[in-house]
Amino acid sequence: MFIDLQQSEQFIMTNDTLKQASLKKTPLIKAHQNMGAKLVDFGGWNMPIHYGSQIDEHHYVRKQAGMFDVCHMTIVDLRGSEVVAYLAKLLANDVAKIADKPGKALYSCMLNNSGGVIDDLIIYSMESTWVWVVVNSATREKDIAWMRTQIGSMAVDLNERDDLAMIAVQGPDARKLAAQALGDEIAGAQELKPFNALLINAGAENERFVARTGYTGEDGYEIVCANDQAEAMWNQLADAGVKPCGLGARDTLRLEAGMNLYGNDMDENQSPLESGLSWTVDFNNEQRQFIGREALEKQKKQGLKYKFVGLILKGKGILRAHQKVMLEGAGDDTNEGELTSGSFSPTMQQAIGFARVPVETGDSCLVEIRKKQLAAQVVKLPFVRQGKILVN
Amino acid sequence: MSDIPKELKYTTSHEWVRTEDDGSLTVGITEHAQGLLGDMVFVELPEVGDDFEAEQDCAVVESVKAASDIYCPIEGQVVAVNEELEDSPEQINVNAYHEGWIFRIQPVNASHIDNLMGADEYAELVESESH
Repeated sequence: MFIDLQQSEQFIMTNDTLKQASLKKTPLIKAHQNMGAKLVDFGGWNMPIHYGSQIDEHHYVRKQAGMFDVCHMTIVDLRGSEVVAYLAKLLANDVAKIADKPGKALYSCMLNNSGGVIDDLIIYSMESTWVWVVVNSATREKDIAWMRTQIGSMAVDLNERDDLAMIAVQGPDARKLAAQALGDEIAGAQELKPFNALLINAGAENERFVARTGYTGEDGYEIVCANDQAEAMWNQLADAGVKPCGLGARDTLRLEAGMNLYGNDMDENQSPLESGLSWTVDFNNEQRQFIGREALEKQKKQGLKYKFVGLILKGKGILRAHQKVMLEGAGDDTNEGELTSGSFSPTMQQAIGFARVPVETGDSCLVEIRKKQLAAQVVKLPFVRQGKILVN
Repeated sequence: MSDIPKELKYTTSHEWVRTEDDGSLTVGITEHAQGLLGDMVFVELPEVGDDFEAEQDCAVVESVKAASDIYCPIEGQVVAVNEELEDSPEQINVNAYHEGWIFRIQPVNASHIDNLMGADEYAELVESESH
């Protein structure tokens, strides 16, 4: 048997102890080891992929509550009188939606000049001239370099917050159990509306940042605290019945929830308009010349060639990234599509995936799996939200 | 250290092989291999009657994480496949050496089984791959 784990490109098994020693570790590494985690190399970080069964962990998040170590994500602190003007240029979504509204969050892409996606991120409004931006770990260095370059002479200070840890608590019972476990530590969080956040005990040693956001399609929080308090918080949550979950479950949860993964579903060579992210690109304010706007407007004018859809495999088999997608009855010269992500959906008990397919694709297509062409249904994303299957 | 039964033979690609009373060979993947792959969700079986060379890919197991080819340990013809795996691939996780068997071959030359590793040798391989 050839164990090709790199086929799922984010995860590389690291049995090699020497290599493991050189990997970056989050403040929760000891907790993971104590809880029996299987650790893998995730973009240079030693992270848990599961604690026994990633399918069990997946169901736990859909039905009860699970938690994820997301300390590897990068929090970037931006302050200064020109922060809003800077972000209006830097981001494809319009920061005006949350500027001057402390506690509001916004999802956006950061584009290059040709309209390709440098990264996707969440921006949290802290004060009128202060925001936090949370970016992916694998893209950290190029993101920071790009963000610094774009500051130019603007009055904006950028700082990476390496001193902070982040834990995502997700699932229908997540907020209740977090309140039970953490009590006054997250006082006021219960009242947060979705996609809103709260800074508690600002500046104090017991400072907490709680956001009602996540990457699973379930309700819950992402909670930020100082690195040296993260392990205690993790253990408190575990004691209250929140199940530790690895990156394996996180991937199938986000896939079911129709949420893009940077590097798989979009990258610097792909337009957000052909990656299912049109809803995050805001062209409304004609005065706002965000980076990549010109390229995207040109692309729209010429007409999009691809659309981004969900696929459900009709028979048996598993969908995987990079499998070819063909239209039924199409000639050899027709454009082909490609799976960008794919796996087995524990909730639906079927293979599901995302694909970039020719715009003329109807409600079914063929996917090439090991030289066989298998029929798949084309659906609108997401597949699952808040425990419910939305496609049939 | 994962379970490596003494009475079985092993391949460098993590298949186990058991000689049955009728001289046929039952093949599956080891406890160590299923642990690396994680939750199994799909198995593509060969067909009874198919002939395979040694080390030829003849089946596929897919976990949530990844797909992996299964290689035929020695030259032979498939005489049985574990159809239960089509509906319950997780049997490989639950019991890799028994309910998780994948297929059975009639070897062209029974002495070829001597080319495979014994339990001690396989244990060393697993150990060396972990360090």
